[in-house]
Amino acid sequence: MRRLLFLLPLAVFAALGAYLYVGLGGDPSRVPSPLVGRPAPVFAVDGLATADLEGPALVNIFASWCVPCRAEHPLLTHLAEEEGVVIYGVAYKDKPEAANAFLAELGNPYRRIGFDEDGRAGVEWGVTGVPETFVLDAEGTVVFKHTGPLTADAVRRDLLPALGR
Amino acid sequence: MTAELGNFALALALGLALLQAVLPLYGAARGRPALMELARHTALGQFLLAAIAFGALTRAYVYSDFSVSAVAQNSHSLKPLLYRLTGVWGNHEGSLLLWILILTLFGAMVAVFGSGLRKTLQARVLAVQAMIGSGFLAFTLLTSNPFARVWPPPLDGAGLNPLLQDPGLAFHPPLLYFGYVGLSVAFSFAVAALLEGRVDRAWARWVRPWTLAAWAGLTAGIALGSWWAYYELGWGGFWFWDPVENASFMPWLAATALLHSAIAAERRQALRSWTVLLAIVAFSLSLLGTFLVRSGVLTSVHAFATDPERGVFILLLLGIATGGALALYAWRAPALGTGVPFRPVSREGALLLNNLVLVTACATVLLGTLYPLFLDAFDAGKVSVGPPYFTATFVPLIAPALVAMAIGPMLAWKRGDLAGALGRLWLAALGAALAAGATLAYGETLAALGLGAAAWIGLGALVEWSERLRLGRAPAGEAWRRARSMPRAAWGGGLAHLGVAIVVAGITASQCFQSELILAMKPGDRAQIAGYAIRFDGVSEVQGPNYRAERAMLSVLRDGAPAAVLTPERRFYPVERQHTTEAAIRTTLFADLYAVIGEEDAQAGRTVRLYHNPLVPWIWIGAIVMAFGALISLSDRRLRLAAPARRRRQPAAA
Repeated sequence: MRRLLFLLPLAVFAALGAYLYVGLGGDPSRVPSPLVGRPAPVFAVDGLATADLEGPALVNIFASWCVPCRAEHPLLTHLAEEEGVVIYGVAYKDKPEAANAFLAELGNPYRRIGFDEDGRAGVEWGVTGVPETFVLDAEGTVVFKHTGPLTADAVRRDLLPALGR
Repeated sequence: MTAELGNFALALALGLALLQAVLPLYGAARGRPALMELARHTALGQFLLAAIAFGALTRAYVYSDFSVSAVAQNSHSLKPLLYRLTGVWGNHEGSLLLWILILTLFGAMVAVFGSGLRKTLQARVLAVQAMIGSGFLAFTLLTSNPFARVWPPPLDGAGLNPLLQDPGLAFHPPLLYFGYVGLSVAFSFAVAALLEGRVDRAWARWVRPWTLAAWAGLTAGIALGSWWAYYELGWGGFWFWDPVENASFMPWLAATALLHSAIAAERRQALRSWTVLLAIVAFSLSLLGTFLVRSGVLTSVHAFATDPERGVFILLLLGIATGGALALYAWRAPALGTGVPFRPVSREGALLLNNLVLVTACATVLLGTLYPLFLDAFDAGKVSVGPPYFTATFVPLIAPALVAMAIGPMLAWKRGDLAGALGRLWLAALGAALAAGATLAYGETLAALGLGAAAWIGLGALVEWSERLRLGRAPAGEAWRRARSMPRAAWGGGLAHLGVAIVVAGITASQCFQSELILAMKPGDRAQIAGYAIRFDGVSEVQGPNYRAERAMLSVLRDGAPAAVLTPERRFYPVERQHTTEAAIRTTLFADLYAVIGEEDAQAGRTVRLYHNPLVPWIWIGAIVMAFGALISLSDRRLRLAAPARRRRQPAAA
């Protein structure tokens, strides 16, 4: 029994090594999207919860402190106003006042906004950084995830097709 | 010609390393002094050859010899001399050569300073060291030769990533590698001890100085890296839980645990096989870090250019080194015997608690870093585990260690008196309560806990010193006498704990009380942040040696008159076609005023980000204090390398 205890580190390491070897075959640049193909994660923050989401729609994770979010804001506004896309916003790790001031300054493209002050919803959505944008289909399944600020190119190439347009 | 000389030196070093990996082991097993002695000479020879190779590569960079492929890819003739020099290790091939240089330096140090060691132990340590060296030399020569030529040579080089053209980062890798590679000595000692089947007090006393030196290097290296991230990446943050950062943080956690368990092994013969395991794990994590950074299994903001083939090679090295050491451990460690029993409440108990916390924290970081890879292995999609995971798991895990940190040093060996220790810490408890109470007035519970813990640890370290000196209970002369005779290790340990307190305070305050302002400004506009009035005076064009910059002038106003000027820059490096941001930081040691500029918008004006970061300089001051504590501890007589020999002589003199 005691001997087995001393074998434990070796066993753990062997498992780890096997994983690392398999990992080498992977392609690190593939889209990081564990949620794709699954229903939207269960979350509830001030202003927004899973039940409020009606697809097809975008879920945009943003923050007033995030500079790229400013950069993508005109695109979101364009999508909401010109293309009639439904967008839900999650203000990630942001004070509600700051997020509201941000939207008062730049305009509000969102149907509803969740205030995720402590970043719990961010954990559920697997947020790695802001901004991030998820695409939900009519059943509320996540069909696409875009990491980083949206570009006109990415909207045309990925987002609109994912929305079924 | 120099490049070929360097290449030749590396090949010779590999030859010596292979000899040193085999013959001394045989000599130690068969009791052949000449073969054991050989290891010391080959270790010195390897260092000399590695230094020649490194010198040859450095020369190629300084004189911009673009017929050498690594130079052509990573340097440029217009680059300032300092960055041509630091460019030597600013890429995969060169950094491997630096790794080898430091590895052979440590081998040479064991050869020179280790004359007090048992001959068999020294020979075995050097042999294991040479096995690691052979692996890395073969890796360099076979997959990443820094001396490979290109023909025809390009007219000029491709330049160095501008982010890396910075004094902070220039010295970050050497310090970090000093730490990583220093842990190889602890690893070699552990494997040698397993081969010998003996882990005694002398062994533990020998492992500690190497670990201390490595730990000091790691601490300083990590701090320098995070400082660089703070002022160069322009996000106002200092730690991003990036895989590359975690790769350096995991060995640091393991080395910290090792430092503490080695104390118990030396003083009380306790936790011996555990200490051996930690020594193996600490260096294995350094190797794992190398693998993660260079193989491309994980994406990261500052990974080297990656290559799966190299990944297989490093994984093989990792498998042989760690797998071999752990197999040896499984075979030989049960025979090391159990240590002297101790009560849970005792110095040993506290050190064990420290180890449990640090190892669990280390495992959490490992899990978070590798989790995306695990999912990928099962084809369950990709996920990147972000800072929320680490903050949510690491912080609560490490909290009990922070509380125990002040108590541990007050407990006696074998059987401690918890109530007595707490009683003597009343001053620290009072200070912690005051700090927490004062912070609570601002309504931040987490900040109160953090600053309370900082006060508790810091005052705890001071109380421990004053207890040792009997301050206030004995005449001043007595305290002075005690201060002079107090072991340096006690000064160093206390100082390191004080450093932790300073770091904790810095992290807490900068996380909880940061003010942030992002706005578009036109010349003449004013902004208010954390009680400072700031006026934007416009942007001018500046020409640097190998970049163009837009430099903004931001006046910090006091009573309407400019008291200081912040000049953040946005640089463009034409060779590399990259932009970098240069933050302007005005520090008072108690807070930083931090400014970065973004792009110009014709209508809205220039994007300006302002941060007020309270106590943020304390993070790096604390890290320096910690590293300094390790250095003081390193100078302790007991750890001085010839100490056992001297002690033997003492009775004769008396």
